[in-house]
Amino acid sequence: MSTTERAVAEPPNYLSADYGVKSWLLTTDHKRIAILYLVAVTVFFVIGGIFAVLIRLELLTPQGDLMQSDTYNRVFTMHGVAMIFFFLIPSIPAVLGNFMVPIMVGARDLAFPKVNLASWYVFVLGGAFTLYAMIAGGVDTGWTFYTPFSTTFSNTHVVATGLGVFIVGFASIMTGLNFIVTIHRMRAPGLTWFRLPLFLWAHYATSLVMILGTPVIAITTLLLAVERGFKIGIFDPALGGDPVLFQHLFWFYSHPAVYIMVLPAMGVISELVAAFSRKAIFGYKFVAGASVAIAILGFLVWGHHMFVSGQSVYAATIFSVLSMLVAVPSAVKIFNWAATLYKGSVSFDTPMLYALGFIGLFTIGGLTGVMLATLGLDVHVHDTYFVVAHFHYVMVGGTIMGYLGGLHYWWPKISGRMYPKFWSKLAALIIFVGFNLTFFPQFLLGYMGMPRRYHVYPEEWQVLHVLSSAGASILGVGYIIPVFYLIWSMRYGPRAGDNPWGAAGLEWQTSSPPPTHNFVTTPVVTTEPYEYKAEEVTVG
Amino acid sequence: MASPQPLLAHHFDTLDQQRESASLGMWVFLITEVMFFGGLFIAYIVYRTRSHAGFVAGSHELNVMLGAINTVVLICSSLTMAIAVRASQLGDRRTLVRFLVLTAILGLTFLGIKAVEYQEKFAHHLVPGPHFAWHGTTPGTVQLFFSLYFVMTGLHALHMIVGIGLIAWLLPRSMRGRYGPDYHHPIECFGLYWHFVDIVWIFLFPLLYLLGRSEHV
Amino acid sequence: MHVSPLRVYLLIFSALMVLTLTTVLVAFQHLGPLNDLVALGIAGTKMTLVVLYFMHAKYSTRLTKLVLASGLAWLLILFAFTLSDYVSRGWLGVAGK
Repeated sequence: MSTTERAVAEPPNYLSADYGVKSWLLTTDHKRIAILYLVAVTVFFVIGGIFAVLIRLELLTPQGDLMQSDTYNRVFTMHGVAMIFFFLIPSIPAVLGNFMVPIMVGARDLAFPKVNLASWYVFVLGGAFTLYAMIAGGVDTGWTFYTPFSTTFSNTHVVATGLGVFIVGFASIMTGLNFIVTIHRMRAPGLTWFRLPLFLWAHYATSLVMILGTPVIAITTLLLAVERGFKIGIFDPALGGDPVLFQHLFWFYSHPAVYIMVLPAMGVISELVAAFSRKAIFGYKFVAGASVAIAILGFLVWGHHMFVSGQSVYAATIFSVLSMLVAVPSAVKIFNWAATLYKGSVSFDTPMLYALGFIGLFTIGGLTGVMLATLGLDVHVHDTYFVVAHFHYVMVGGTIMGYLGGLHYWWPKISGRMYPKFWSKLAALIIFVGFNLTFFPQFLLGYMGMPRRYHVYPEEWQVLHVLSSAGASILGVGYIIPVFYLIWSMRYGPRAGDNPWGAAGLEWQTSSPPPTHNFVTTPVVTTEPYEYKAEEVTVG
Repeated sequence: MASPQPLLAHHFDTLDQQRESASLGMWVFLITEVMFFGGLFIAYIVYRTRSHAGFVAGSHELNVMLGAINTVVLICSSLTMAIAVRASQLGDRRTLVRFLVLTAILGLTFLGIKAVEYQEKFAHHLVPGPHFAWHGTTPGTVQLFFSLYFVMTGLHALHMIVGIGLIAWLLPRSMRGRYGPDYHHPIECFGLYWHFVDIVWIFLFPLLYLLGRSEHV
Repeated sequence: MHVSPLRVYLLIFSALMVLTLTTVLVAFQHLGPLNDLVALGIAGTKMTLVVLYFMHAKYSTRLTKLVLASGLAWLLILFAFTLSDYVSRGWLGVAGK
């Protein structure tokens, strides 16, 4: 391509605005910060994935032959820590949210751009502490750090990892704070609350959870580090301390944390279902309200992680009932998405494949969650692979599908390029098949009694484990393929227009990639969200 | 006197929007701090309920006089800070600078008294860890009390130190007349932070020093 | 933007001083269960005065008040649900608990 051609083809945008490492590392542009996060969370996804590979390799055989129990403890702990704190929690908000929230409200940036940049550095710092701990030998306490093992008896790098988690929590708080103020105070003229895309409602609800919950895990990990570092007993039974108190404090955040993981994904799904049915989301206000309801109710259920910890039966009963209640708004969303699809003009582009996958897999994950909320049943399947399967269905079948769907939907906007349809659809299908093969057998294993965090098991369960590990290898392939074609597309992919999907939304009214300040002139919003005109629907 | 630097950040449309955003941001940050300290408070409440005697015994070792003086010191510093914020709203540079300095001095006074208290604890072997020594009954729960005492007051003191550091950052800008009716939200937001730290102590003082004072140990 | 008269600040300051003195004196009286209640009640009152007048919450937007109320509500959730466990241990007669 000649220089003149390149100059004509590429209008000034946030990617071409400035070059050089400093322009990226010192940027305050929310779009560049989103890309910085994209790189950072992908690194941790790979790390967490490597630990997952080790787990599934070990579990191919009934004996503990690949690694010793001590090592296995470290491997599943690091898998959990990396995936939860450094991938699942930040991914959608810090990558897709950072990029889209200001554009969707019609603003030039988030309310506090420097705080946004600082949050990335805080993330990296927390990651560095945790990486150091991993390289130095890891932690063997499980990602839940239960005391007194973590405080008194473990001989691993608990303090470093605890501090890593403590630090990265602040990145989460900063992001949530930024989103809340932006959505409240920086909406474009005419953009009332009920004209906001559901992606924004979801991120607003997520931000509420980040703000109200993360500080509690912060103080908990701080107490953990202090107890272990200074040898003082806060959760030490010998001094009158209570390990169950640690669990209360830990789960007060860590349960809402799962809603931090899934609410943004649900926000993505709303956007995808609307765009690829060419139809407004059915029951918009109910979906918006459901997001906030999930955020609030999510704080009232944490005791369901402690049904067998020695909690009072009275409290357990209350937590059980409330946990069933929290499933209701999630179900409302599933019903509304299904109603949107009904009589919609559905096209099966790659992002839609991920959205449909989400709806099916999240339903399974969510229903098994209600099973686990049932106190009587949970007593039997707690700490078995049933729980492992449940949370992977919602976190991987849910959140990661949402993340990939969103990434594929907004990739043309973010990069200005389109990726190859065939490979993207193939990857989505491989992921779906691989995922189910990996995790469905785990429901069966758990129900039969296979404990979690064990690498030794009775021979008769080997078939299911082999199926699961086979599925994991397929899933891995599915995850690797997009890395290749997305990177390929950045240089060789066809240039995307402003609105390659023909979707509604402010983000599609600016160029791909957007200019540094998002819009040439501040948009004025006069329409409802997801306004698809009937006559624009093409038949056949 | 207008500041030569641009007052309105590029991503805001009006100074009002900027100030309101900053204020909202600060309030949201403060409730994260509420939840942060909240974890410590519930730990204290739970343990005090379970180990009442040990906690009362530990509490009796604290110096109520010094704690009360510190409470007065902090309330005075909240007054001086409120006056400083008011001065920034009115563009009264001299009052702003004077009262920021006063606030910092009161903050340092608080920390000084705290240091004296900590020194006392150290001398009496009441610092949890290998050197802790308690010759009465329930040494375990008394040590637990002191663990919470040090973590709670220590975290509070850390927040005070950050606050004083921020005053040091705001002072040169205040002296240059940067803050006035159009642009004073940094002072306003810092004021909110400072009052919050005061409120934490308003609860720490009775919880740690006063509850159970009338009980026989 | 609301500017409070100095008089208001001094009034609130005086009230805070009086409350501090009161709480210290009451702490040494034998009031049984009332001791804790009075101490925490006074602390709550002091907090309310600081929040409303020194932090200008009284003159702030509805949103600010909502943010404030949410923070307190969430603290109460943490306290209430955690305490509900400890307080109710042994209430339901289940074997082994």
